[in-house]
Amino acid sequence: MSTVTIAATDVELNDEGFFVQPEQWTEDMVPELAHREGIDELTDAHWQVIRFMRSEFLSKGTGPTVRVLGKTSGVSIKELYQLFPKGPAKVAAKIAGIPKPRGCI
Amino acid sequence: MSDTIEKVSIIISKGSLEGIYPGLIMTNGARAEGIEANLFFTFFGLDAIHKARNEHIKLATVGNPGLHFATIAGGLPGVSTAMTHYMNHKMEKLDIPSIPEFVEMIADTGAGMYACKASVDLFGLEKNDFIDQVQDIITVGEFYEKAAGGHIIFT
Repeated sequence: MSTVTIAATDVELNDEGFFVQPEQWTEDMVPELAHREGIDELTDAHWQVIRFMRSEFLSKGTGPTVRVLGKTSGVSIKELYQLFPKGPAKVAAKIAGIPKPRGCI
Repeated sequence: MSDTIEKVSIIISKGSLEGIYPGLIMTNGARAEGIEANLFFTFFGLDAIHKARNEHIKLATVGNPGLHFATIAGGLPGVSTAMTHYMNHKMEKLDIPSIPEFVEMIADTGAGMYACKASVDLFGLEKNDFIDQVQDIITVGEFYEKAAGGHIIFT
């Protein structure tokens, strides 16, 4: 657990780098969070996925797994892995300020 | 050895439903964690990537203690098919993809996908028998080369 400053705001992240309190997140933090994950160029597709993860969390209480992401976000599995090579659901969840989605598929 | 797993190479050697799924879930799960992954099919595992057979993978109902089902009943005609159907139905409700769909999805995640040359020769198969996602037919030595620097998981 650690407190980190993102976009001039203090936020709490757990050991894996996920937001402990999703309410602390704002969209302004996205570029800096993405940079921490090694993504320096945020395309429209990146934003689409990040916003989708956030809205799914807010409406369902949990972010989607990669399979669900591939089926419902409008972005294919292939493209998801090109956008987020280190694991689409995992990395996009970090950038969207939501907890890590739990699921095996 | 580092704290995190960076690479896994997973072998699928069985041709039953319950013999194939674990390897697929582990490979897909590895990719979802950003872990580099290879998937290697050998022996009856080749059925999972075989164009004509991958939609007909059955549950093993004979001599399968884990099923908690009498072997004598499991051997009756139609039982394996019926139980497979039931299992597939339950998986569909949980949104677990069918084997062909799952393998295709795993290829889309960027995992390496290979068939075992020894088994291919043994069964008289060729590259054409396999789905397009199979990258190559490789020897065990070539598998070790590809697996180097990572973990190997045999299923």
